[in-house]
Amino acid sequence: MTGLFSEVFLSALMFGAVTAAIPLLLAGLGEQMSEKAGVLNIGIEGMMLAGAYLGFVGAFYSGSLWLGFLTGAAGGVAVALIMALLCVRIGLNQIVIGIALTLGLEGLTALLHHFQFSRSYPRLPAADATVIPLLSDIPVIGPAFFKHHLIVYLALALVFGMGYLYRHTQLGLNLQAAGDKPAALDVAGIDVIKTRTIAVLTTGALAGLGGAYLANVGAGLFIPFISNGAGFLGIVLAMLARGRPVWVLFGALLFGVCLSLTTAMQVAGINIPTDVIQMLPFLAVMIMLVLFGRRASLPAALGIPYERGTR
Amino acid sequence: MGSLSSLPDADKRDIVVLEGVTKRFPGIVANDSIDLSIRPGEVHVLLGENGAGKSTLIGMLSGVLQPDEGRILVDGKLTQITSPRHALALGIGTVFQHMMLVPALTVAENLLLGGPWWQRPRTEELEARVAEITRSLGITVKLHAKVSELSLGEQQQVEILRAMVRNSRLLILDESTSMLTPKGIDELGTLMRRLVEQGLAIVFITHKLKEAAAFGDRISVLKLGRKVGEIPSERFRALGEQEIISEIVELMFGKQKDDPEAVECPIRTICVEAAPLLQVADLAVAPTDNAPGLSSISFDIRPGEILGIAGIDGNGQKQLAEALAGQRVATGGSVRLEGTAIEMLSVGERRQRGLRYLTDDRLGEGTVATFPVSINFFLKQVGAAPFWRNGFEQRAEIDKRAAQLVREYDVRTPSLKTPVGRLSGGNIQKVLLARELAEGAKVVIFNKPTYGLDLANTLASRQRIRDTAARGLAILLISTDLEELLSMCDRIAVIANGALVGTVENVDDVRTKVGRLMIGLAA
Repeated sequence: MTGLFSEVFLSALMFGAVTAAIPLLLAGLGEQMSEKAGVLNIGIEGMMLAGAYLGFVGAFYSGSLWLGFLTGAAGGVAVALIMALLCVRIGLNQIVIGIALTLGLEGLTALLHHFQFSRSYPRLPAADATVIPLLSDIPVIGPAFFKHHLIVYLALALVFGMGYLYRHTQLGLNLQAAGDKPAALDVAGIDVIKTRTIAVLTTGALAGLGGAYLANVGAGLFIPFISNGAGFLGIVLAMLARGRPVWVLFGALLFGVCLSLTTAMQVAGINIPTDVIQMLPFLAVMIMLVLFGRRASLPAALGIPYERGTR
Repeated sequence: MGSLSSLPDADKRDIVVLEGVTKRFPGIVANDSIDLSIRPGEVHVLLGENGAGKSTLIGMLSGVLQPDEGRILVDGKLTQITSPRHALALGIGTVFQHMMLVPALTVAENLLLGGPWWQRPRTEELEARVAEITRSLGITVKLHAKVSELSLGEQQQVEILRAMVRNSRLLILDESTSMLTPKGIDELGTLMRRLVEQGLAIVFITHKLKEAAAFGDRISVLKLGRKVGEIPSERFRALGEQEIISEIVELMFGKQKDDPEAVECPIRTICVEAAPLLQVADLAVAPTDNAPGLSSISFDIRPGEILGIAGIDGNGQKQLAEALAGQRVATGGSVRLEGTAIEMLSVGERRQRGLRYLTDDRLGEGTVATFPVSINFFLKQVGAAPFWRNGFEQRAEIDKRAAQLVREYDVRTPSLKTPVGRLSGGNIQKVLLARELAEGAKVVIFNKPTYGLDLANTLASRQRIRDTAARGLAILLISTDLEELLSMCDRIAVIANGALVGTVENVDDVRTKVGRLMIGLAA
């Protein structure tokens, strides 16, 4: 049992936690923006899958991870465009369309992958880590937190960027008004449809990026349904975060630890059935919901398509 | 405005002209060929009952709705007002009857909504501007409070403020005075006068005749979607207030001559020796984040008596009503119904014993909008015989009794199955009245019973309350409309900051006494 508390174990656990948390963080931040603007984006799982697939394909053929992130984000945006068209502009039911998009993309990405690679799962080379000098020399914490791909640090910076956006910018105000009282935004002279479309497309970009990270950095390969519920966890995070990006970060790290425990415990040779360990994140979801679920506060107009002139 | 005043004739030119504007909704013609001209330097009053088409007309002017027929000219040019943004760009600012504020944002953030998205919100600039405007308005606005924490009256003040901040040249006020205090209404009148003197045009929508006569320069009267008459400004100036009111009444109803709201208070004989039905002593409620607390509330109400609670909105009226009804936990004091302490009883038990509460939130907590009229009559008796037996709904019993109540209370509904939310405010109020005054009522609490109702329904509700008192029930009437209290109550207590600051008999100089109490002076 000494393995449990060894330096190697702890830093592997935390490194894995950060790696697992990043897709959740990006999905959660994206979902949070949609929800603030009044769109319940159930399709985010589909957006992550599109991002994972296109991100992998982009990186695989170009040999550049960054190009992979770009194609991944573009894939997420493409799915988000469908969502924005159907749910924001035409005003169809957000839950139905979201589920359809998720299921559709699950099949589509698996199919395309099968056509291209048949039954083989080619791997990408391991991602280059950006090692932060000095900080990375700290025992345990150093290797766990300061030897990640550059995109990880960018994602963390995004948390604070989002916080600033919501608190200190006109666009942030508009987004929140679109979700809470769209009619008030409309009579203030701001196009509700446009505001919500911006939010949904941004969600697509972030979810796509999260998917690409999952495939290219987290796993190094694409397998069908690689997102494995990460988008749905993002929805939970966004709902529990009460509109604050920094809570999405905390939640993502907590889930990240749970996910990482799965592998870390196997590394440490602890003999618990993996099925049990794999249930941890979802157990954590339920515990969090029990503890904090009642405090979740959602925008008043969440999930309601906006149509001018109706009350 | 500078360029306009340089041309002597331009002053007369209309900012907005409506020609034969018609708007239809499924089943009704909301506006039927309306002509209207709106001029700078004038308060143009649009007067009409609920359903007269005022809101639809405003919707078209503010770009929310598009007319089906007719033309709108802005500055003499044919213009399609395509969106609210377009209306704002044309200088048309609107204060809507239904709140148009974002509850989750602060007052300041709400006022900042609509700026270019790439900019940082200009908070400092706004604060200076708001300070300037609020000084002239005589109101205080908590800029950094969340809108959801403000009372309805305070929210309305913010809406008026917002229109002022935006430098509109045509300001539309849709029922803006309905939640203001008498003093606030007077101040708004003064402010409107100041604004039109600077060349602004104001469209002022109301169903209160006195306001129309006091604040208007020109009055257009709407009735069932048609414009039935106009008193132009020349004529308006030549007439006295009473003459204007009788002329409007002539236009609106074609029969009554006097101000129909001015009903002389019938002398009721209240048996002074009778034991009070409701006795409240030292009632206290702890303050919450968004509501003031109550302290040292004491009063008695005898059978047949109407006790009024006057006060500026948001001073604890709602808390008082809810504490009495059992919906809010009291931290101290006693409430006795017919001598029995009921302060420990639940909402249902209090109701059972005859304490009834008519909420001012008719659709929110009073009724379930999507349920049929018939079920809404029995919402507080769900499960009770004879309307439910062994858990099953007794459709025939419900419909029979509901039909009876619809007749008795004159509820205008297409059918018993109509969802109650589709009825007008006045008819929803009748459903509530029927439910709460039904068998067993002894003490009834009315919270703003006529808020938002049109004249006919207001008068009907007031008569219903008087009749109820005449049957020997004790009535607590909470209202922000001082006229209403003066015309109905035997005594009037004034609430300020959650405490009763004085109670006066409703005789001769009561108006000044209540007014003094409301602003914090001794009666």
